[in-house]
Amino acid sequence: MGNGSSAIPRGSRIDGAVRIYMPKTRLIARLDIKGPNLIKGIHLEGLRVMGDPQVYAQKYYAEGVDEIIYIDSVASLYGRNSLHDIISRAVRKVFIPITVGGGIRSVQDAAEMLRAGADKVAINTAAVHRPELITEIARRFGSQCVTLSIQAKANGRGGWEVYTENGREHSGLDVVEWAKRTQDLGAGEILLTSVDREGTQKGFDLDLLRAVGGVLNIPLVASGGMGTLQHMEEAIVATKTDAVAIASVLHYGKHSLSDIRAYALARGLNVREL
Amino acid sequence: MRPNVVVVDYGLGNLLSVTMGLEHCGAEVELTSEPRKVEKADRLVLPGVGAFKDGMEGLRSRGLVEATKAFCDTGRPFLGICLGMQMMFGVGEEFGLHEGLNLLPGKVIPVPATGVDGTPHKVPHLGWSEISSPIGSTRIWGGTVLDGVAPKSAVYFVHSYFASVGNNSHLLAEADYDGHKLAAVVNKDNLYGCQFHPEKSGTVGLKMLDNFINRL
Repeated sequence: MGNGSSAIPRGSRIDGAVRIYMPKTRLIARLDIKGPNLIKGIHLEGLRVMGDPQVYAQKYYAEGVDEIIYIDSVASLYGRNSLHDIISRAVRKVFIPITVGGGIRSVQDAAEMLRAGADKVAINTAAVHRPELITEIARRFGSQCVTLSIQAKANGRGGWEVYTENGREHSGLDVVEWAKRTQDLGAGEILLTSVDREGTQKGFDLDLLRAVGGVLNIPLVASGGMGTLQHMEEAIVATKTDAVAIASVLHYGKHSLSDIRAYALARGLNVREL
Repeated sequence: MRPNVVVVDYGLGNLLSVTMGLEHCGAEVELTSEPRKVEKADRLVLPGVGAFKDGMEGLRSRGLVEATKAFCDTGRPFLGICLGMQMMFGVGEEFGLHEGLNLLPGKVIPVPATGVDGTPHKVPHLGWSEISSPIGSTRIWGGTVLDGVAPKSAVYFVHSYFASVGNNSHLLAEADYDGHKLAAVVNKDNLYGCQFHPEKSGTVGLKMLDNFINRL
């Protein structure tokens, strides 16, 4: 699948003479937010204020992005979530799925974000502290509303540890085991961020994606490290990721979504054609 | 004078996105759970995300089952989205057998957990999948809610159950998920159902909402 060969049609595998289709690999824009601003940093530490998130969201939507993820990067630290207004504005102009995360601690917090217009809520810290939260939100709103966000840092022993508080605090949990467990608890999707690669533009952590992808039967979103178009291709071809979340490349204007999508299509990847 | 659309509020689903999408396409939207307003609407949208049983209970407890059926009898345009489409059928098999609105013959059954070749795949069917005319169908998209939508356009799905239609002439578009054909758009006269989310499907979805509001 997706090996770039023209012999196997994009998005399908051949079973006898029948083409078998899978949903498109999603190209997602990840917007990290601090207060009212889009920010960008390295290793999940916000350093640079980029500007009004609505301007970026509308730009990416106009360029054909498949989905947008907003993460409030300091909410769990200060116990606040300033995304409500940002989402309410977005939903008036941006007609694609929107995921919101950062400081969501309770079913009530999730309800507020969904009411404000989010399609999915991403949870991390609160789920690590109280895994039952995953099931509670899934039961109330459906698993398809629950994205489990995992911030993974290499543990020096060939594996990865789960970090919370937007990559600031370690938890002692093994990423692969935790991913599997959250799936069993009702998570609908995993947003997997490599803290080591995030912001570096040195490529996704393919071993991490393969290790987690291997235990999941829910969608996996790769986040952290994309710097070139080839990085995206690698992640899609070499792992079972269902989506790539892109930040630096987009926010710094290194490549437009049109270029990214055109490249993916030219390489035979199963992405949406506009 | 903007076209009026009533969106049924029965406790389930992301009403805001549907409302925003319809307004973006020029509609004056009223969100209501009042049976009288539902029945008297110029155009009616039944959204919804969640379980069939909960959806039907949500409608029943608000007196909206009869009101929705009465609206559908008038011949004015109706659009069911996601769970709203599923409830248009006779029966749903999620968490037991549950009666639907029975506007269209058919049943709602689980999306299979494996591809046609037996390889497991992910459930729900989630993401952007292409929609096409069913093979052998004589239905054309012109003049329907799909007017002007290119075949094989990708739209955004997220569902674990799908409608198995009782009458193939009601099937306007389908998606192929790992070899399984899943009903994507159904239509009989003034009634339309859409398994995917047009309010989340970018310009293709907005074209459909525009057709529903302005061209039916």
